[in-house]
This record gives sequence, structure tokens and C-alpha cells, in this order.
Amino acid sequence: MLTIDRLTKRFGDRTAVNAVTLKIDRPMMIGVIGRSGAGKSTLLRMLNCLADATSGTITFKDTEITALRGSDRRAWQARCAMIFQQFNLVPRMDVVSNVLHGTLNRRSTLATMFNLYPTSDIHRAIEILDRLGIAEQAPKRAEALSGGQQQRVAIARALMQDPDIILADEPIASLDPMNAQIVMDALRRIHEEDGRMVICNLHTLDTARRYCDRVIGMRDGRVVFDGMPEQLTTGVARDIYGAGADFSEAATSTEIKTLDRSDVPAGRAKATV
Amino acid sequence: MSDATLNSTSDLQRSQDSYMDLVRRKRMYSGIIVVVFVALMVSGFNLADARSAGGFWDGIGNIFQFPGEVVREAGQKIQNLPGLMLGAVPSLIETLNIALAATLIGALTGGVFALLSTRGLARWPRLIGLFRRMMDVLRAFPEIVIALVLIFVMGGGPVPAMIAIALHTTGALGKLFSEVAENADSKPIEGLQSVGASWIQRMVFGVMPQVAPNWSSYALLRFEINIRASAILGFVGEGGIGQDLRLAMQWGQGRYDEVVAIFIVLFLTIVVVDQTSSHFRDRLVKGR
Repeated sequence: MLTIDRLTKRFGDRTAVNAVTLKIDRPMMIGVIGRSGAGKSTLLRMLNCLADATSGTITFKDTEITALRGSDRRAWQARCAMIFQQFNLVPRMDVVSNVLHGTLNRRSTLATMFNLYPTSDIHRAIEILDRLGIAEQAPKRAEALSGGQQQRVAIARALMQDPDIILADEPIASLDPMNAQIVMDALRRIHEEDGRMVICNLHTLDTARRYCDRVIGMRDGRVVFDGMPEQLTTGVARDIYGAGADFSEAATSTEIKTLDRSDVPAGRAKATV
Repeated sequence: MSDATLNSTSDLQRSQDSYMDLVRRKRMYSGIIVVVFVALMVSGFNLADARSAGGFWDGIGNIFQFPGEVVREAGQKIQNLPGLMLGAVPSLIETLNIALAATLIGALTGGVFALLSTRGLARWPRLIGLFRRMMDVLRAFPEIVIALVLIFVMGGGPVPAMIAIALHTTGALGKLFSEVAENADSKPIEGLQSVGASWIQRMVFGVMPQVAPNWSSYALLRFEINIRASAILGFVGEGGIGQDLRLAMQWGQGRYDEVVAIFIVLFLTIVVVDQTSSHFRDRLVKGR
């Protein structure tokens, strides 16, 4: 279904993503973990074509994504929705308009400039908001909402695209634990109910273990772990985060310790973000 | 259970309907605005066309006649151009000097005016209105009017031109600077206040570092505008490249090669100023 072959991205003499090769044969919920700067975001950005690959290919259902240009490329971006850490909504526009932005690729530029969206689209946008539990916020400006609500608007925009894949770049990193759970539950439900593939960058191990079917660990641009969440042992986690050698940044979250205490069930305790 | 589902569907229905009302109202407003806009543009054009001495449609065909004539003649004497361009350099330097001095003086006084008239920063909050009106006055008079008055009083030359441009620059930059300063973060200023800094110290150490990138880019844009303004003032006898341009154009046919040479030199100057200023601004912003 989705095949990534020796995908590499260099910024000057620094290699952010180094010959990543992955094969995903059915829609599943995938968590990508690793410390900051491991190349997780760059990988997702290349999948969405927000960044060009230096070399290597991405193929989805026999289409080579990395070779797409112009309107084909934008059509792919519409099929592969992206959710950002900082939500990336238009703050001064109302919630429904932000959700309707998910249809921009399908509509003519002129019609959207005059705000002429079909009534059926508007109804569907509000249905999606209702599904995510924020329909009553519809006429408000996006900037007036809390972080968790804004992230759900971003998810609604992604659903409005009716995508094959949803990419989420640290969707809960700027949310409090309560909202983080709501957002992750929503992503999981979208995967289960709609059967869409969800690829989610996370920097907390317990979230990955709790929500994902498959976990990919990255370190310094390379894939160092690829397996089931149950296989994520303390040793593997140490390896991914480079903990032990230098106990810093990503490793300061409580997960490593949690895992140390042997058979702790995938904890409800969220990381200190 | 079925009750709850029913309720939630009717809730959904309600929010959909109320949002559709909102959309319909918005569409009606924008429709009205478009109609009014088009009507005003058409009627305004017809009025302006009727009041003009010639007609727009009669004149539009001749618009390229004069430039065409100039370029044709310059093309015939193309071998003269390098020499004429070199000959224009001394008066170009005079024009540049006028613009540079005017921009410097205007930016400095404009900065002071801006800080004195920004809400939240002003030294005397009650006098904000007064300083704003003073800047309005400075902006209201065209440079050329001030320059003509000053020539009458002081005689021709570069100094009246410089003063005229500097006055206008003070008003224009003061307004723009003040809008930038209004968006400055108040936290560093509060921090400096907490250590007992004076107003001037707070402005220099708390506001200036924040506004420097935007202020400098506005000042550099103003410098470009002032180069052109100082060239125009040459037409009323302030020296510089504008004077050469007027003489060349007044002679009519026979000196159009000089006109073209002067335009090329002016264009190149603007390009050079734009390139160097954006280079230095980048260094300032990125702190390299």
C-alpha cells in the first residue's frame, strides 16, 4: 500500500532522514517515536510533500509520490491530510470555514474566494465537528478556542479532505494530558471507524504503546526499531532515545522510568510535555 | 437511548441551520458590496472621463508616442550612452546625498515622534494627540510645496530640498514607526521598569531592539522614495540629477539620449540601494 524506499533528506551537510525503508501493507495506526531532531517531522513532511526528498522514493498504490509535480502533487496532498503540533489553523476565520478549507483542492479558486461552498459541504463540516464533539463552536473564530478544541478543528479539517492517510506531527505535544487523551482517542476512533491509515509522531512512549498497532523508532534519521508495541522493551527504548549514554531531552519524560518498573501496564500517566 | 440520539440529531440540525443562516447573511452582504463597488467604479470612471479635457479612449492610443520617440532617438545614438551616464554621476551623488541626509534626519526625529505618540509607551500620554497632529501636518504638505517656500526664503540649492524632504519623512516614518512600536512586547519594558530605568533607558533598551528590524526596513524603503523625491525637486531648481533631466527634456528632440542615460542611472541606483539594503537588513534581523 505505502512503500518508502531509501528515503533521504539532507539539509546542507546534515542528514535529517537517512535511507529510511518501510513497507505498510494495510491501513493501521502507526506511531513514530524518537527524540527531537531524530527526523520524525521531516519524514512526515516528505510524505505530505511539504518537503522534497533528496533521494529515495515514496510509493502509494502504484503512484510514485516523490515524482508528483504541480496539480497532481496538490491532489496527493489533499488525499494525505496533515495535523500539526501548533494546529496551523487560520486564527481569524470561523471554525466551519477552517474545516471547509479541507475541500480547497476540489473547488475552484474563484468560488472559494467568494466563500461559495456547496451547502452539502457546509452540512458535512458541521457533522464532522459534531462527531468530534465541538459542533456548538461552529460560528466562533478559531483563535477563541482552547488548544484541545483547536486541535479537534484541525482533525475535522483533515477529515473534510476525506483522505487515505492522516499524518499527525506531534498532535498532543502542546496539549494538557486531558486534551491529549481526547485528541488521541479521536484519532484512534477515526482509524477504527473509517479504516484510514494514521501515522502519528509522538514523543511519549506510553502514548505510542497505548494507541498504536505498530511502532517505528527513529534515531539520528535512521529507523532503529520497527515492531509491535509489546516489543518496546526498556532496552529498546534506551536505544531509541540514546538514554543511558546521555540522559536528556526526550528521555526526561517519565516513560523510561515507568518501563524500568518491569510489568507496568501501558500507563494512563501522560508525559510531562 | 433512542431519545438521546434523537436529541443529538436535532441539536446537529439546529447548529447546521443557524450556521447556514449566518452564511446566507454573509453572502448577501458580500454580494451587495460587489455590486456597489462595481457601480461606483463605472460611474466614477465615466464622471472623470467626462471632466477630462481629452477623452480617455481617444488618448489611450497615443500613450506610448512620447516614450517611443525618446527610445528611438536614444537607440540611434546608443554609442553616446556610456559617456552620458558617466557624466550624470556627479549630479547623481548630489541627489543621493540630499536623500540620505533627509532620510537620516527624518528617521531620527520620526522615531522620537513615534515613541512620544504610541499608546502605552508615550512619555506624556496626554500629549499623544498633539504629537500625532504634528505628524499629520508634516505629512499633509507635499515636499514640492515646502521646497518652493524654502527656495523663496533661502534661495535655491540642496539644503532647502533636504529640509523639505526631511520634514515629510519625519511625518511619514513617525506614523509607520508608531504602528510598529504599538505591537512591541511590553514585558521587556516592564522588566526594565522594575529595575528603575528611566523612560529613555526603557525606550533604548526595551523597545529599540524589538522594533529595529521593521524600523530599518521602513527607513530603507523611505530612502528609495526620497531618492526619487530629491530627483523631482531638481525640476524646481534644487540641483542634482533632476535639474539635468529637466534641461534635457526641455530641449526636446536632440537630447533624448541624455534623458535615457539619466533614467538608466536612476534605475541602477534604486537597484543597488535595494540590494545592499536588503543584505544589511538580513544581517541585522538574523543577528549575524
